[in-house]
Amino acid sequence: MVDPLPHTGLAGRAAEVATARPRPRRRVVRLQGHRAADRAYSVLTTAAAAAVPLLLLVIAVVVTMGAWPALRQFGLGFLTSSDWDPVRNVYGVAPAIYGTLVTSFLALLIATPLAVGAAVFLTEYSPEWLRRPAAFLIDLLAAIPSVIFGLWAIFVLVPILREHVMPFLRDTLGLGATPFFSGPAYGPSLLAASLILAVMILPYISAVSREVLAAVPRSQREAALALGATQWEMIRSAVIPFARSGILGGVILGLGRALGETMAVTMVIGNRQEISASLFAPGYTLASAIANQFSEATGDLQLSALMAAGFVLFVVTLIVNAGARWLVWRTGRLAR
Amino acid sequence: MKATRLQLRRKLTGRIMGALAYLAAAAAVLPLLLVFGYLLLKGASSVNLDFFLHMPRPVGVPGGGMANAIIGTLMLVGVASLLGVPIGIGAGMYLAEHGNAPLATSVRFLADVLNGLPSIVIGIFAWQLLVRPVGHFSAAAGGIALGLMMIPTVTRTTEEMVLTVPTALREAALALGYARWRTALRIVLPTALGGVITGVLIAVARVAGETAPLLFTSLGNQFWSVSLTQPISAIPLQVFNYAISAYDELHAQAWAGAVVLIALVLVISLGARAVVGRGFARGND
Repeated sequence: MVDPLPHTGLAGRAAEVATARPRPRRRVVRLQGHRAADRAYSVLTTAAAAAVPLLLLVIAVVVTMGAWPALRQFGLGFLTSSDWDPVRNVYGVAPAIYGTLVTSFLALLIATPLAVGAAVFLTEYSPEWLRRPAAFLIDLLAAIPSVIFGLWAIFVLVPILREHVMPFLRDTLGLGATPFFSGPAYGPSLLAASLILAVMILPYISAVSREVLAAVPRSQREAALALGATQWEMIRSAVIPFARSGILGGVILGLGRALGETMAVTMVIGNRQEISASLFAPGYTLASAIANQFSEATGDLQLSALMAAGFVLFVVTLIVNAGARWLVWRTGRLAR
Repeated sequence: MKATRLQLRRKLTGRIMGALAYLAAAAAVLPLLLVFGYLLLKGASSVNLDFFLHMPRPVGVPGGGMANAIIGTLMLVGVASLLGVPIGIGAGMYLAEHGNAPLATSVRFLADVLNGLPSIVIGIFAWQLLVRPVGHFSAAAGGIALGLMMIPTVTRTTEEMVLTVPTALREAALALGYARWRTALRIVLPTALGGVITGVLIAVARVAGETAPLLFTSLGNQFWSVSLTQPISAIPLQVFNYAISAYDELHAQAWAGAVVLIALVLVISLGARAVVGRGFARGND
């Protein structure tokens, strides 16, 4: 600072005091205001972020508590017993677990080749102009509410299965000799649930596959082509191996969706408590058992047994989702 | 001679695989066309003014509608947004600002896990926590259940969009003496607003079509109700109940409800896509 009156020094200090003093004070005040508001902002956003883990924890605790009476009463037998008898008050979810696994894996079996094939087509073969609209249409499947898939399945898919597909598989192809395609064709069945599930998880597997295929470095493709590979040989030997664990992640993500899908399955699976090898037979899944019985449950133990079914579903999907995220995340990191 | 045969085989394999990939893509699009086709075929004729203005009528009485379910869905989505949007945006801002802090890493991961949680589990959770202690079903419980489902989507899209705001903008504001909170709320968030709104709309479109979390929380209601403490109907609930009923008339109403529901969901999510082009399935993957 230039002293306006160098001789005295006093005046200079006075001027300094006059001009500069209020300034730091004002700044201090403002900084304090900033600091309080900044802290409030920081606390609020941190609280919002912390709400996510907290919410998962609370869900885990609440569902476990609700399931506890049934889990304590039946122990591991809850998972292996086929009894579901509100009169005798004994409950087991073996048929629901069986139905959940059968429908989910069959859905994966159908959806995975289609989803990955579609993703390969869109990233490798498709002409440029078709890419975005076709990807848009496949993605659009994921936006359709579950209950609409269920409605469509009840009135379109199930009648077609009953009138045409089931008799064709059983009689025309002679698959009725195997236990998997035998028995009367009612319509609502494990098969119907698997098919609608396949349609519903397809966009998820396809979206993840497309993303990881697109993330394969150019150099990989060019190296394969430079070695004389045809386009398909390049895809098979350079692109797919690179994207494999990411695609697997997408498939497992689809599995997570299939395991917990409720409405569409409840509407077409027939909701019967039995284990049948035939895909034509009606069945149950964990989610459809809850949806179907919860509001009509009569006793506390039955409610708790349904909560316990939810608990099993919670644990299984937690593990499946965590695994899927890890695989996708790892592929993303490899590609970088 | 041998070489050419090998070349031929390689070429042929390539062609076959290309054709298979093409067929897979066609097969993947087919269900969408089938579902939309049947919705228009069976539902469009039942959608009329009565459907929006009238209450459900007993089987045999013509002219019934879903006015109660439409207002119910709007209210449930409103409650859900009040809960899910502020928490989601706050958490998203936190993630964008804290990069790889331990809490941020785990929140990011757990938000994805939460997003994959079956909606029926959210339903029984909300029942146990909000319905059982109170002793009756309520619109509030249903709205809260849907709101919880919105949090992960809003969180992850907010983070993604806030990260696209140039660092220089943030630094310029801070250099001019703007406080951190003011920089975040007055500079960063408005710049990213289009993307953030997209995330909110995607989340809204998703929960608007949810049925499972409402089965044991808002339950459904045959009568007009706008009370948060009473059971309330919703379009997906009504579609479900009508679809599994035994009457053709109700089936027609279910198709009409499905058309209205899908129109609602598509308008919201296409609007979201118009703001920022992104996939539905990618929501927050």
